[in-house]
Amino acid sequence: MPLLEVRNLAKNFGAIQAITDMSFAVEAGEVVGLMGDNGAGKSTIVKLIAGNFPPSEGEIRVDGQVCHFQRPVEARAKGIEVVYQDLALADNLTAAENVFLGREIRTGRWPLDRLDKQAMIDRSGELFAELKSETRPRDLVKKMSGGQRQAVAIARTRLSNAKLVLMDEPTAAISVRQVAEVLELIRRMRAQSVAVMLISHRMPDVFAVSDRIIVMRRGSKVADKHTAETSPEEITGLITGAIRAA
Amino acid sequence: MKSATAEGHAAIGDMAKLKEHTLWGRLVASQAFWVTVALALLYCYMAYQEPAFRSADNLSNMTRNFAPFAIMALGMTVVIITGGIDLSIGSVVGLVVIVAGLFLTWHYPWYVAFTMGLLAGLACGAINGFLIAYVGMSSFVVTLGMLSIARSLAVVFSGNQMLYQFGPDAPIVKAIGQAKWPVHAPAGWAPDWMPQISSHFWAMVIMALLLGYVLNFKPIGRHLYSIGGNEQAARLTGVPVDRIKFLAYVFSGFTTSLAALLLLGYQGSAINAMGQSYELRVIAGTIIGGTVLAGGYGTAFGAIVGSALLEVIRNALLMAGVDSNWQGAFVGSFIILAVLLGMQSGGKPLVTAWIEKILPKRQR
Repeated sequence: MPLLEVRNLAKNFGAIQAITDMSFAVEAGEVVGLMGDNGAGKSTIVKLIAGNFPPSEGEIRVDGQVCHFQRPVEARAKGIEVVYQDLALADNLTAAENVFLGREIRTGRWPLDRLDKQAMIDRSGELFAELKSETRPRDLVKKMSGGQRQAVAIARTRLSNAKLVLMDEPTAAISVRQVAEVLELIRRMRAQSVAVMLISHRMPDVFAVSDRIIVMRRGSKVADKHTAETSPEEITGLITGAIRAA
Repeated sequence: MKSATAEGHAAIGDMAKLKEHTLWGRLVASQAFWVTVALALLYCYMAYQEPAFRSADNLSNMTRNFAPFAIMALGMTVVIITGGIDLSIGSVVGLVVIVAGLFLTWHYPWYVAFTMGLLAGLACGAINGFLIAYVGMSSFVVTLGMLSIARSLAVVFSGNQMLYQFGPDAPIVKAIGQAKWPVHAPAGWAPDWMPQISSHFWAMVIMALLLGYVLNFKPIGRHLYSIGGNEQAARLTGVPVDRIKFLAYVFSGFTTSLAALLLLGYQGSAINAMGQSYELRVIAGTIIGGTVLAGGYGTAFGAIVGSALLEVIRNALLMAGVDSNWQGAFVGSFIILAVLLGMQSGGKPLVTAWIEKILPKRQR
């Protein structure tokens, strides 16, 4: 049974047909690259799975159960974590505060429960060390570089035992060294049998870590191939439409 | 990066030129800190110049005068942290005193009257909060509407009469609004040099401590800041954004009612015009204390200090014999000056940035 199964998924925003008849599956511990040109519907797929909005047609199954999440929190409860393209960070808070936003560690009993700041700082420090990031828990996100912000957003997905991590352009705005670190992290997650869906424009990154590559064009799937059986040239052709389908 | 190569390696902080978010750094970068310094300087200068200014009586007066505004500023701070604004508080003061005053004139016990006044204020806050958080309307529009509605209701309920015949519980109401602690001899133990601090001020202290605790140590405090910083991110990470925004306006309704009831007790009468243009004074105090109108920043301490500074300026001008018509100009200048001092430029306080520009450091 696949971890995530998407069947005949469709989404329209009014007259705009964003997704038509998408079907694919992701197994536990599998890294799937999702590629496509701008406007192909990659981010819409992410948002559908993550529960930002419900699909118009079709179904999404997690562990064989049909799950149509109303809110992102529900998806998270099922073990689906997302690193959004805009990272979804609050600039006015520190790194640790952002990592734990919405699931703060508390100490004491209600009504005298309060934030356990030290525990959150320590835990996020560990996570940043694990990511080999130069991010410090007490730094304000506002003053951070692109790579550090990325690390904060990724550290957030490592808090719980996620089964599936969706990453929307995680390597778009960071340095070469940090890209290598993010890719290494993806491999480590796979080793722990966490499934990763990597949405990216960067062909080398996708080829470096993916087991399988799904190509989208104009809202529908045009290819679903094992990385070993394809080439960057073929994928480029599929993305641009030079090759119709494979 | 000469030192870095000489050492072989450098700490991350040196490389990134980033300071960790430390307590001292936070203090110096905070507007509330500089406003406290300004307040202390102004106070010392006036105390030196004008003996009457530092008298126990004047201190009693000043602490009582600004306390209701500071209490309302606490509610306003919470609302502004979420990125909203509450323009209705002046009118809600009018409505609360009229509702409470009416029940007193109908000879209800004081606690019934106060509860009804409080409920009226909370209802205004709840309506504001519902329309802003759940319906998604702009806080400016909703609270501007409520400003008009609450004032109008106050006028209608009062029959445009002043209410002052408060029935059997009138002495209790007055006692609450005019209570002082400590009290001078012979009634109390306090020596004459000690200011007699009003109930308004003590209520403010308790509210400020409570709010300060919640903002710093409770998850809901953290969530308030996150909503002001990036509402969408807060929503995505599972913060109950709508409920918290709703509660922010209810809290503002609560602080407004509390201030209104203290003022009612102090004056021993209720008129429907009470609280007119208070919202501007409260917003001014809040902004001076370092709360940023765009949301995401603000402290309970700042709300108190900002409101206190306004009162000290007002009082100092009176003591110095400056024509009272000048007050507005001074207060206005201070609002602009305080925000200017708190502004950040390239991660540094604006003042530091200016000093570095005027006196450039030698090339490193």
